[in-house]
Amino acid sequence: MTAPQPVLDVRGLIMDFGGLRALDNINIQVNSGEIVALIGPNGAGKTTFFNCITGLYEPTMGDMIIHTPGKAPVRLNRLKPNVVTENGLARTFQNIRLFQKMTVLENVMVARHCRTKSGIAGAIFRGRKTRREEQEMVEHSYRLLEKVGLDSYVNELAQELPYGAQRRLEIARALATEPILLLLDEPAAGMNPKETHELDQLITRIKEEEGVSILLIEHDMKLVMSISDRIYVLDYGQMIAQGTPREVSENRNVIKAYLGEAFDA
Amino acid sequence: MDYFLELFFGGLTRGSIYALIALGYTMVYGIIQLINFAHGEIYMIGAFTALVVASALSLLGMNGLSLLMLSGVIAMIYSAAYGFTMEKIAYKPLRDAQRLSPLISAIGMSIFLQNYVLLAQTSDFVSFPALIEEFPFMESVTIMRSSELVIVVTTAVATTLLTLFIKFTRMGKAMRAVAQDKTMAMLLGVNVNRVISATFIIGSALAAVGGVLISSHIGQINFYIGFIAGIKAFTAAVLGGIGSIPGAVIGGLVLGWTESFATGYVSSDYEDVFAFGLLVFILIFRPAGILGKTTSEKV
Repeated sequence: MTAPQPVLDVRGLIMDFGGLRALDNINIQVNSGEIVALIGPNGAGKTTFFNCITGLYEPTMGDMIIHTPGKAPVRLNRLKPNVVTENGLARTFQNIRLFQKMTVLENVMVARHCRTKSGIAGAIFRGRKTRREEQEMVEHSYRLLEKVGLDSYVNELAQELPYGAQRRLEIARALATEPILLLLDEPAAGMNPKETHELDQLITRIKEEEGVSILLIEHDMKLVMSISDRIYVLDYGQMIAQGTPREVSENRNVIKAYLGEAFDA
Repeated sequence: MDYFLELFFGGLTRGSIYALIALGYTMVYGIIQLINFAHGEIYMIGAFTALVVASALSLLGMNGLSLLMLSGVIAMIYSAAYGFTMEKIAYKPLRDAQRLSPLISAIGMSIFLQNYVLLAQTSDFVSFPALIEEFPFMESVTIMRSSELVIVVTTAVATTLLTLFIKFTRMGKAMRAVAQDKTMAMLLGVNVNRVISATFIIGSALAAVGGVLISSHIGQINFYIGFIAGIKAFTAAVLGGIGSIPGAVIGGLVLGWTESFATGYVSSDYEDVFAFGLLVFILIFRPAGILGKTTSEKV
């Protein structure tokens, strides 16, 4: 066994909003090839954590480092969201944030933006290189849509897709940025059990086929327990537990956080 | 009937120019929800640039369409540079400020640019050479002048190219993405600053085209033309539905025709009364404009 290769390494992360400490000294590591879950009651700071590492918030203190195999580690602090994405982080949102007025294919192609080069001049003169790049872009996007089972919808507007399909489109779009770590914020929210089960399989398949590691926020405990390699538990901005699904589900602190103090008595 | 057609084509010409300027308003609004009140000034600067370039080049013995093309292209580049710089100086630092701040900054920019041209040039009207000569095949046509034909055709071509650009190119897709959800676009690796700059560059270049063409058609310009044209084009953009590109064109044409027919059948004194009366009328019955979609804001 080789030592696990960290992909994301967050140490001592503190996020203050005025006098409120939303995240207090958080340490989270995601290793290559892992599916890691971040759970906790509402308002625990899970989405705040995502916003910090993707560059939407600027953390008060701490280090956030991404390790791309074969490249020097990059410190994510103070990088703009689009630069964070270029460095291999992609995310989805709790509430669906597709470009509703664009087609399914266009949604995915926008995300290829950061991996292509041609600028305005290229668009106007349309040289061979631009056209080849565009061809590559379309093919790559089709491949991703096929993977999430949306290849029959390519030219529909995103807003016309059924709910579950919109969720899958978000995942395909995130994958189009070629991430090494995919952040999923409540991917199963609002899904029925059948859709959740399909999502479970999709996430595992993506991890294997695309070679991405996954960090997900989720409330559906069945999903979390079945697919996660490790789990971190947040409560009121504090890390109260971490470990394998089994360890976490037996942890007294976790049970207390979810069910309240009275359970203790 | 001839009189009607004359007014019709006059309105079409006027409306085309409004449309060219309105496109810049509507694109900028679509991307950063800012009414760029200094946009009319960019149009005026385009006209002045073309005047300077055309005067210089005509000394070298150039004339006709090549002169129009060359001075037009230089005016486009020059105006685009102004638009780009304006965004960086006056709007970018205020992007996260409350919405009123960039609006006031825009008005300041407008006053600044007007007075800058006033000082650098003159407060008087200066004559602008007729760069568009009468085409031989238009001689028998009485209802429309050659310059009007050029204006209408140029606007049609420019609008078509813009639509194709936004629909099919990589930057066009990025623009639509930024217009719909800036944060999400950023998280997908789109460089939002670059997209905003591109929007200002394209809008400014279109305004310059309008400035050059109408100046050549009317034959005189001064530092103040941008203000009036800007207000009218803004009206056109709102009329058509601000944020919508076909809306800007339709709004421009509707406004152009309204003014033209009001002038022709009523009195030129009532031109603005009809134009703004139409605006009030449309806003009462379709608050989002002709093509605008009424969106209920989520609370």
